[in-house]
Amino acid sequence: MMLIPCPHCGPRAQSEFIYERTVDSVVPLDAPSQEAMTKLFTRNNPRGVDDEIWRHTYGCRAWMILTRHRVTNEISGCRAIGPEALL
Amino acid sequence: MINFSFDGKAYTAQEGDTLAAALLRNGIGLVGRSFKYHRPRGIMTAGVEEPNALVTVGEGGRAEPNTRATDVFVYEGLVAKSQNRWPNLSFDVGAVLGLAAPALSAGFYYKTFFGSAKKWMFYEYFIRKAAGLGNAPTQADPDRFSHRAAFCDVLIVGAGPAGLQAALDAAEAGKRVILVEQDNILGASLIRDPQELDAAWIEVTAARIRAAGGRILPRTTASGYWEHDLVTLTQRLSEPGQVPANSVAQRLWHVRAGQVILATGSIERPMAFAHNDRPGVMLSQAVRSYVQRFGVVPGKRVVIATNNDDAYKTAQTLKDAGAQIVAILDARPAPAGANSGHRVYNDAVPLLTKGARHCLKSVSALVDGKTMEWDADLLAVSGGFTPVVHLHMQAGGTLDWNEDAQAFIPASSRQNVTTIGRAAEPQAIFKMVPVSSPKKSFIDFQNDVTLADVDLAWAEGYRSVEHLKRYTTLGMATDQGKLSNMAALGRLAEKQGVAIPEAGLTTFRPPYTPVTMGLIAGAGAKDAGAHVRRLALYDLHAAKNPIWQPLGYWFRPRAYPNGGESLAQAAMREAKAVRNNVGMTDVSTLAKFEVSGPDAAAFLEIICATTVSKLAVGRGRYTFMLREDGFVFDDGTVWRLDENRYLLTSSTGGADRMATHISYVRQYLCPHLRVSAVNVQEHHAGLAIAGPKAKAVVDALIGTPAPRHMSTEPATIAGTPVLVLAASYSGERAFEIYVDANQAKAVWAACEAHVQAEGGCLYGLEAMEFLRIEKGHLVVGGEVDGRMTPHDLALDKMLNKAGGYIGASGLVRPALSEGGRRQLVGLEAIEGDIPEGSMLIPREGASPQGHVSAAAFRIIEGGSVALGQLVDGFSRHGEILIASSPTRGQKARVRVVAPHFYDPAGERYRD
Repeated sequence: MMLIPCPHCGPRAQSEFIYERTVDSVVPLDAPSQEAMTKLFTRNNPRGVDDEIWRHTYGCRAWMILTRHRVTNEISGCRAIGPEALL
Repeated sequence: MINFSFDGKAYTAQEGDTLAAALLRNGIGLVGRSFKYHRPRGIMTAGVEEPNALVTVGEGGRAEPNTRATDVFVYEGLVAKSQNRWPNLSFDVGAVLGLAAPALSAGFYYKTFFGSAKKWMFYEYFIRKAAGLGNAPTQADPDRFSHRAAFCDVLIVGAGPAGLQAALDAAEAGKRVILVEQDNILGASLIRDPQELDAAWIEVTAARIRAAGGRILPRTTASGYWEHDLVTLTQRLSEPGQVPANSVAQRLWHVRAGQVILATGSIERPMAFAHNDRPGVMLSQAVRSYVQRFGVVPGKRVVIATNNDDAYKTAQTLKDAGAQIVAILDARPAPAGANSGHRVYNDAVPLLTKGARHCLKSVSALVDGKTMEWDADLLAVSGGFTPVVHLHMQAGGTLDWNEDAQAFIPASSRQNVTTIGRAAEPQAIFKMVPVSSPKKSFIDFQNDVTLADVDLAWAEGYRSVEHLKRYTTLGMATDQGKLSNMAALGRLAEKQGVAIPEAGLTTFRPPYTPVTMGLIAGAGAKDAGAHVRRLALYDLHAAKNPIWQPLGYWFRPRAYPNGGESLAQAAMREAKAVRNNVGMTDVSTLAKFEVSGPDAAAFLEIICATTVSKLAVGRGRYTFMLREDGFVFDDGTVWRLDENRYLLTSSTGGADRMATHISYVRQYLCPHLRVSAVNVQEHHAGLAIAGPKAKAVVDALIGTPAPRHMSTEPATIAGTPVLVLAASYSGERAFEIYVDANQAKAVWAACEAHVQAEGGCLYGLEAMEFLRIEKGHLVVGGEVDGRMTPHDLALDKMLNKAGGYIGASGLVRPALSEGGRRQLVGLEAIEGDIPEGSMLIPREGASPQGHVSAAAFRIIEGGSVALGQLVDGFSRHGEILIASSPTRGQKARVRVVAPHFYDPAGERYRD
């Protein structure tokens, strides 16, 4: 079980979080059909570092982007997203 | 003196005995039968690596099968039984399998049972009976298992000399320390070798660790090493089968450590020779443990076989205890060190043991090329030492090869873990190669794998160590190959003609020793498996003693039976009340979101696939939501409460999923929108009043004319502010009334009184299901099953033509509008009743063309009807099909019709 550095709450156990998807699989609202389907069904699966969207569901409930090595689980960054992050 | 029993016979043990020590103390050599060949087996080790002496300890729901006799401490009244034998341990019918051993070689199953499935089913019955371990208890475990989380600066695993010293250093340096030891006393190797550091040193060190604030957990195994230095500990608070002192049998710790120090020591290796599995063959260090720790001398005439210096300590210990050392067989070619005073043979390797079922009688060896034989009742073996690197490897570590010790030792790790003591620096040994009799030379004792099986796997082309493992089952028993893996690797490397490190290693997986399922479940076992959310009106329902039904996280009344009514009778009575008069039901669990702000409508038109912005204030409409791939995943209603304020409802079961979806869209996709979306699911309790008299009831309740269909108005009931929505799921004139959950009881009581005054009654989920099926309304999880597009459900006319909603770009894929898709239809029985969950076939034996998603009966007229999904169903109305459920053994002939059996024009709920 990983230790995830929530940008709002500090390091917390992975069991407090849910994983949403990788950043590269996000379908933008205005994506044309072909692009949307590529995002959904032709995902990257890098053996290395990737950006992932997580949510601190059983904590502050905020969303964040976690930069994680998919083999070693080394976490090199975790940044807040959402309306507050735009301010 | 402690009383215990083994296979029904009473024995006594000394305080502190393991079951293995107590059995040896009572002269019991035969403890179990082996897994495959039912060979007689005794006690081989004094630790958790024991492969042979597996017993069932305890009775009833507390029984723990496959417990290592070396890993259970005897308590008053302990009941142990041997396993895998019939009718008894001494005379085991299954032992004839041993005679058939040549036929039961590696890959036996693969080779034998490639015939028809029927043949396998026949054999399986006998194989399952013959092969195996203890039986899992069938009764519920009466004990509790708890979980606990902890944090520390340094976690030390293993309280031998290295671990104790490391814990002392860390604790006295001011670090928060946890020291765990799987044994029930501290000291580990010092217990069998007290001349190095004695019991007093252990006691003083432990006291100093505790005085410095360190926590010491004996009888606790570090069973798993996970990401980011999380280590799970399994702590035994009672022994297997024992009634726990304070009801908690075991505790599972999740420890997040700043640093982990592994002082896990090493496990002695057996040697491979003919009949090396006989009772009376024991590991050398184990022999020393039984003498030093328990005062049990396991043999009087002892042969020792070794390839290292350590076994000489065993010889000395035995001699001091009064046993006779007949011979020391040292594999090394020349005498090592000073004369030990024993009869030592160099260049000597064991060949064969002879004996009876219960005991060893003689040992033969090849000494300098000549065969010699000695009478003996104990053979102590030391084939080298395997460092316990399991946790290091679970942490993602790598290994180095230590040539002197012929062993893998921990190298680097990506986690903050170091290994110290014998686990890092195993003792040097002499490399030896087994000389003969591969068929009777066991390497995996628990799974009955011999050197010959490894040879056979090699001959049949299994080259990779991973394939070898799976083909022979080597290392796959409950001991996970603690004794066997190195022997197998050595043999494989020899066959490949490479050094052992090049032969590769299999993966080390948690847990280090078996963990009972109850411990993993913890408090989540039994009734607490899933948390239950209580309805705000739970007490009011419970007083009526309804039949409950789980729905999402809730239990909702399924029906309110009167007297001796069955579920079906009660539900039909309630449904009729709604059709003919008026009924009332609890709808509090529906998902509800309040969406407000200047961009609220724009936001909702992203979530919902229908238009929202055209709604007038005070009006509502049906809506549905799509996944990004264009399939419907939920539905509900949306209401404009105010200029910039909306209420969105969706299904109970999908509530959490919808809340996450809305949050994701809001926070990630649309952070720029000026909108707030708040989950108010449990803030509002809700009830629905439905039926021809519903309007009269609501008029009277709120004192003003009730809103017309798909309109909403704030009102007051019983002095409490409520929101009244006019919407119909049942097909009748109906109203949903929402109220602050904390004030819901008074509103419910007032409404119920009015409903009853009109001759109506409460109705539950079952009646609601009857009503909505007859009306042709959808349910998420039924008709909306994740495979249906809006078109398949005949919802496409409601799609927002401007697009922009989630799923719009998925929906335009050509395949979603091609023919051949399953479409929503109604089904009317013309013969028989339509079975729930049946498939739709044109004739017997044909492939299914659809399925029934919900079946019910017409409420007033009677007759079986259903909703179903049928290939090209829209254009097949009038066709006759068979609805067949082979699993229920039921079928019906059905006519395909439109999915509206009741008031298709919706005249009953419009003004």
